[in-house]
Amino acid sequence: MDTRFPSEKAYPFDSESSVGMKTEKIFSMQTLDQIFIIAKKIILGVTGHFLPDWACLLTSILISISAIAVLGPFTMMYLTLLERKVIGRMQNRIGPNRVGKWGLLQPFADGIKMLTKEDIVPLEADKVIHFLAPLFIVMPALLVFAVIPFGRNMTAVDLNVGLLFFIAVSSTTTIAIFMASWSSRNKFSLLGGMRSAAQMISYEIPMVLSVVPVIMMAGSLSTNSIVEAQSRWHGLKWFVFTPWGFLGFIIFFLCAVAECNRSPFDLPEGESEIVAGFHTEYSGMKFALFYMAEFMNSFTLSGLAVTLFLGGWQGPFLPSWIWFFLKTYALIFVMIWFRGTLPRVRVDQLMGLAWKFLLPLTLANLLVTGFWYFTSRPVRIAGSMVLLALAFWILTKLNRDVVPEKRVYHFAE
Amino acid sequence: MTPEEIKNKIQTALPGTALKWVRDTLLIENPQDLPKVANFLKTSEEFRFDYLSSVTGADYLQYLEAVYHLYSMEKKTGPFVLRARVGRDQARIPSLVPLYRGAEYQEREAYDTYGIIFENHPDLRRIFMWEGFEGFPMRKDYVQEDSEILEASDIEWLEKHQVQVPEGMKKRAEELKKQGRRAVAERPGQPEPQ
Amino acid sequence: MEKIFSARDPSALNTETLEINFGPQHPSTHGVFRMNIVCDGETVVSLKPVMGYLHRNHEQIAENMSYAASMPYTDRLDYFNSMSNNFGYSLAVEKLANIEVPERAQYIRVIMAELTRLVNHVSVIGFLLNDLGAFFTPVLYAFREREKILDIFEEVSGARMMCNYFRFGGVKYEIQPHILQRIKEIVKKFPKFLEEFEALLSKNEILCMRCQNVGVLPKELAVSASITGPMLRASGVDYDIRKVDKYSIYGRFKFRIPLGEKGDVYDRYYVRILEMHESLKILDQALKDIPATGELVSKKMAPFLKSPRNFKPPVGEAYGRVEAPKGELGFYVVSDGTPQPWRYHVRAPSFINLTILEDMCLGHKIADVIVILGSVDIVLGEVDH
Repeated sequence: MDTRFPSEKAYPFDSESSVGMKTEKIFSMQTLDQIFIIAKKIILGVTGHFLPDWACLLTSILISISAIAVLGPFTMMYLTLLERKVIGRMQNRIGPNRVGKWGLLQPFADGIKMLTKEDIVPLEADKVIHFLAPLFIVMPALLVFAVIPFGRNMTAVDLNVGLLFFIAVSSTTTIAIFMASWSSRNKFSLLGGMRSAAQMISYEIPMVLSVVPVIMMAGSLSTNSIVEAQSRWHGLKWFVFTPWGFLGFIIFFLCAVAECNRSPFDLPEGESEIVAGFHTEYSGMKFALFYMAEFMNSFTLSGLAVTLFLGGWQGPFLPSWIWFFLKTYALIFVMIWFRGTLPRVRVDQLMGLAWKFLLPLTLANLLVTGFWYFTSRPVRIAGSMVLLALAFWILTKLNRDVVPEKRVYHFAE
Repeated sequence: MTPEEIKNKIQTALPGTALKWVRDTLLIENPQDLPKVANFLKTSEEFRFDYLSSVTGADYLQYLEAVYHLYSMEKKTGPFVLRARVGRDQARIPSLVPLYRGAEYQEREAYDTYGIIFENHPDLRRIFMWEGFEGFPMRKDYVQEDSEILEASDIEWLEKHQVQVPEGMKKRAEELKKQGRRAVAERPGQPEPQ
Repeated sequence: MEKIFSARDPSALNTETLEINFGPQHPSTHGVFRMNIVCDGETVVSLKPVMGYLHRNHEQIAENMSYAASMPYTDRLDYFNSMSNNFGYSLAVEKLANIEVPERAQYIRVIMAELTRLVNHVSVIGFLLNDLGAFFTPVLYAFREREKILDIFEEVSGARMMCNYFRFGGVKYEIQPHILQRIKEIVKKFPKFLEEFEALLSKNEILCMRCQNVGVLPKELAVSASITGPMLRASGVDYDIRKVDKYSIYGRFKFRIPLGEKGDVYDRYYVRILEMHESLKILDQALKDIPATGELVSKKMAPFLKSPRNFKPPVGEAYGRVEAPKGELGFYVVSDGTPQPWRYHVRAPSFINLTILEDMCLGHKIADVIVILGSVDIVLGEVDH
């Protein structure tokens, strides 16, 4: 019974791994690193004795799915708590701290509250679509967990078009938001849905284009290969340390913040203007699903940013999955920081930013990546930085009408 | 400038206006002269009262009054008060909205609470009370309607919305409707409206 | 269906306008205030404010009570700045009955009025940013300072917000020296707080993008529409009642009036910050010059503190106005010799400042309407008195 799978890459200095563990490596770093894979192998070994072949395959798939199904919502729950506490600290107050020590049981209290709320559906709402919209928004959020490399050998499904899968599946969120806003038969929801559809479509394009340089340099669409391509020189080969990678990272991160409908781009749920935008008419568990989808989206997009630009799960000393989570949570902290600090952008300014500024910048980035690829090492660093600075300066000048004016105030005599 | 001088100046500029000086305020005997006097005060070089601070109504039992406080932002001079009196039944005063935009909401308030109708007001309707409210609350003879006694129109609305109304209340409402009276609140020591 | 473009092209697009009701229940309308907005896409075509949801008929209530008994009711007019409302009403009745206020009471009144102005301006900026989307962070920074000032109000008058502190001819309670010391400390630390507060705000690109050239109010329209307060000064008109009327003892203090140029939302925001700096100057001077002892209420009015229903001002009328933080707050009182006023009218600045809301919002987007409403700075208790 061979429990090794074709996509698994063995350690350089690890011999045939079989059902049992080598006892002298029980407490080594490699064991800690691969602890989830080893656990999975133990379970498969145990069940493999009395199940036929096809059932073993199914069991292995089910184990991966259940790991993600536990990870996804669990992360989301504790992300909500993290956000509330971090924003609380930024606003000079403590976040929730009553339910459990430091508020650690707060997500469970929230979950129970959401489950016991009355499910109100407006009288004239389109019932089928109203019911399906929360499902359609959670499904892509969960599906994309499959291609994120959480650690060494720890991608649930290592597709060789993993990145394309991610982008394609996460784009279907737009239709779900539109379904939610249209079926609610409410003018405020309609406004929110329109804004959201426009926003998400506009920010898809710079997001995808800012990822293309990474694909060009790594030579593959598979997320695992992209991480591997950043793997030499103990961290200095991360794409973020190159000029095109740095710019690409910033643009990708901004577009990720816009895709998750978070501040400063949270017009669709612009609380102070259109109450709650497209999810005004949802209550109880359906609202919880929208909320969950937003946080899971922010987690996966941060995870993808880490994978593409920040070297994925690589790092010294600690196990790879700990590095991945540390980096992802650092990016999520930055997203929360944005929310606590910045006011909201207006819808036409938002569109202007995406189409008139970010899109040309990503095209310039592509050009510079090509330049980088074909020139030799001493020339390319200086050359690409000069070219990028030039592009940035030109675009800022062209977008002059959104630059703040200086005002002079005089006093009456 | 003494009150006499001001009155003379206005009367020389606008002959035919009857003015009287009442309690430090200028009373315009004919309300139709009001826009002319206000325009003169706003545009003439020595007064330049370009800021209308407040438009108020008042009820003095025999007549209703509208009081206007004018200030000058240019010359920073003090209050100049205009009054216009109208009877309770035909309470029509020309509106000052064409001159001062700020009079818009205040005149609506005077209409809503006192019943003074301002001619040429762009949009004269009730501002604080709901549409369909009858009566002018700030008048001294306004009697508040009783919320315990229902009227015929209330009962109609309730039955339309499938609410059971007791027979006694229905009979009382029909009686009031036949007499053409409103349901008024009881005062202590007064007999019930029959 | 309205043919919007039919004037230009006969075979035009038949578009419809969307009528939205920013109803009485809305997180950002600062109270129960309704706006009927007709918009074409996201651009506002017409806007009609509807008010009256909080109408409590304060004027009629005051006609049935003695003069001093309606002092607590004036607290509830602009429930955010109760001391200014009290100030206005006392000024009106003092004019009516020719009452002189003793020195120490005058200084105490000015200190309370300026502290109220600080509270109001800092909170309004917080609420404006809340409407802009900066999820409560500026509000909570502002409320940190507001809490200190509200604690002082509580020590002085017994209540944090509805203070009922002023009386005709003076103030009700004495200020102890340690409270004056605390006020001095607050005034000393406030400039540093203001610096920290506006560091993230005044040059913030998103704030500038959203507030500059939005809701422009030209000078002539402002004067004609009887606008007062920071809104008027942001449009460039130099009119501050503290300088014009010099009521109470404002003539003794040196302070300047900040003026804006364009009259848009950003100007109104920045004029409020500059006004806070000027209020701090007034407070400094008042705290230095306040006489150490003195009577709190004028001798003529002292007996009426115990029996307010015997207070019968002479027949006449008076209009007393103050520069409340929101604009010109005026009280028109007519007396007929009885203990109850014959006519009592409140000239509420928020009510009148709403006259040109429609003019300012035409052509802007819906998101801007909320921002412009936040910069007009209304309080529903005043709008509906």
